[in-house]
Amino acid sequence: MSILINKDSRVVTQGITGKTGMFHTHHSIEYANGRNCYVAGVTPKKGGQVVEGVPVYDSVAEAKAATQCNVSVIYVPPPFAAAAIDEAVDAEIEVVICITEGIPVKDMIRSRDRMEGSSTILVGPNCPGVITPEEIKIGIMPGYIHKKGRIGVVSRSGTLTYEVVDQLTKLGLGQTTCVGIGGDPVNGLKHVDVIKMFNDDPDTDGVVMCGEIGGTDEEICAEWIADNMTKPVVGFIAGVTAPPGKRMGHAGAIIAGGKGTANEKIAALEAAGVGVTRNPSDMGKLMQEALQK
Amino acid sequence: MKIHEYQGKDILREYGVAVPDGKACFSVDEAVAAAESIGGDKWVVKAQIHAGGRGKGGGVKVAASLDEVRGFADDILGMTLVTHQTGPEGKEVKRLLVEQGAAIKDELYVGLVVDRATQRVTVMASSEGGTEIETVAEETPELIHKVSVDPKSGLSDAEAEGLAGKIGIPSVLVGEAGKLIQALYQAFWDKDASLAEINPLIVTEDGRVIALDAKINFDESAMYRHPELEDLRDLDEEDIDEIEASKFGLNYISLDGTIGCLVNGAGLAMATMDIIKLYGASPANFLDVGGGATTEQVTEAFKIMLKNSNLKAILVNIFGGIMRCDVIAEGLVNAAREVDLSVPLVVRLEGTNVEKGRQILADSGISVISATTMADAAEKVAAAAAGA
Repeated sequence: MSILINKDSRVVTQGITGKTGMFHTHHSIEYANGRNCYVAGVTPKKGGQVVEGVPVYDSVAEAKAATQCNVSVIYVPPPFAAAAIDEAVDAEIEVVICITEGIPVKDMIRSRDRMEGSSTILVGPNCPGVITPEEIKIGIMPGYIHKKGRIGVVSRSGTLTYEVVDQLTKLGLGQTTCVGIGGDPVNGLKHVDVIKMFNDDPDTDGVVMCGEIGGTDEEICAEWIADNMTKPVVGFIAGVTAPPGKRMGHAGAIIAGGKGTANEKIAALEAAGVGVTRNPSDMGKLMQEALQK
Repeated sequence: MKIHEYQGKDILREYGVAVPDGKACFSVDEAVAAAESIGGDKWVVKAQIHAGGRGKGGGVKVAASLDEVRGFADDILGMTLVTHQTGPEGKEVKRLLVEQGAAIKDELYVGLVVDRATQRVTVMASSEGGTEIETVAEETPELIHKVSVDPKSGLSDAEAEGLAGKIGIPSVLVGEAGKLIQALYQAFWDKDASLAEINPLIVTEDGRVIALDAKINFDESAMYRHPELEDLRDLDEEDIDEIEASKFGLNYISLDGTIGCLVNGAGLAMATMDIIKLYGASPANFLDVGGGATTEQVTEAFKIMLKNSNLKAILVNIFGGIMRCDVIAEGLVNAAREVDLSVPLVVRLEGTNVEKGRQILADSGISVISATTMADAAEKVAAAAAGA
């Protein structure tokens, strides 16, 4: 088993005719069962084209009617990306993964509000995507560093996720699913949502979570873990050295009003029994040790 | 993006928020002329820099005559204002705001932020204006009242007036204060703000509600639809290296350590800073080159880092994904040749085609200390900096 996506997922790429959408669709199709998973693309007014062997439709609704796609990935430019999320939600796509970086926060507030009561799960925006190793890759991560296995990974950042996955794979610890939830303040799944899914997944034995400065998502997650988690969780929080008031790349990575520091997050996670390392080179090793306990 | 107080007040004025009569000035003569045209017998001369805490630093003075306006304007213009937000080096004052003085009866607080937990805009109000709201939040959180705003309907009359009532606005003024808070919310929403603070919001002796200060930040991602805000950018208030870096798609923030860092990805860049610290050295900057890391970007990144006289070594940490390590290595070699590296360079490459990448570095003839893991890289760069 895995969470969110698997070899039977039927994926529609929104923004497939753009350079980024085309490039990453190509690489995703080449990964594992991708050829069978990627069933449709959407770009308004470009219906009828074929990109990377995938038929293009004018709308998500049309794509769904024709192909029964149930997962969407979005590579649409920032000014139009929130509308693309809305369209996927309206078409009742089960999982929507938005890769686009730089969507205005107001647009995301509106889109999140529109989603109230919908059963669609949103991942991102501003994230590397989701991968269930050796089954399906949806996003921009390098597929080959992953290995099928029993560790779940959830992270707010892209390359830091690759770093932890690489460490795990080199230690022989494969992954069930790796989820990049993204670095924006208003987004879909939070750490706690993904941790819950991993806790419920019988094939996941342990979870690595990477957090970073800004907000209180990690603290909320820590609270849930303390009361509910039945599996070992280890973590790393980036930004111990980040100065307050400076935005560290991600829109959400900022220590504001004295809140959201790395040390607060580390303390909350440790109090919840999460093994936290201050050394990002040791994330994999820490997971290995936690599994042996 | 940040703007000055006077620019924030101009925006609020457009939305019908009551602010004192005032004028931005760039010289002492302009300040005196502004005071004259505003009239009255009391004025406030306020330093315009983006940092907060100006009053405590001596950047806000109340003048009771035009001569005093002249004297204070002369003192403040050109002064290096040091506040808790400027850092010890302070900030030179180049603009003033001269305003009509107000007879303050009560100082209150209103602020708006995007709340990650509710995924909405939250309006916060408190009776404890004029002080640091963080301190109020810490010591007396019960004095901060919040409303989470429905993005479809906006801030309702009842919500706005409810807040006004809770922070001690006299009942005859609750309607007026409610309208002010609603106008503030509308400005925030229309202009894609990320933060707005009125501290203090005042009740005057003669029974008016006025925004005496205005701090507004905007969402950088939404600037494309606000060309009118782009004009308000004051480059004097921004770090010149950060501006230069952004032209090349580099996300750069200068820090006070000695190790220059060049990393792809914001999370990995922060983690790299952290591990440098863990190994006893300290980062000179945050620098995210994004997914590409082209020769041009790396060259510019090196140039910007090398301008820093504290720099003792550079650590490059790249996790090559879609962008292959051999391509990145070639970019590094070209960049290193172009800029004449004067400090030790430690490179840690991982990911796609890493062996090829390392070979290119080894064969290049440029002096590179190669590292395998992040820990190895941090240890080597700390040692190199200590020896430099």
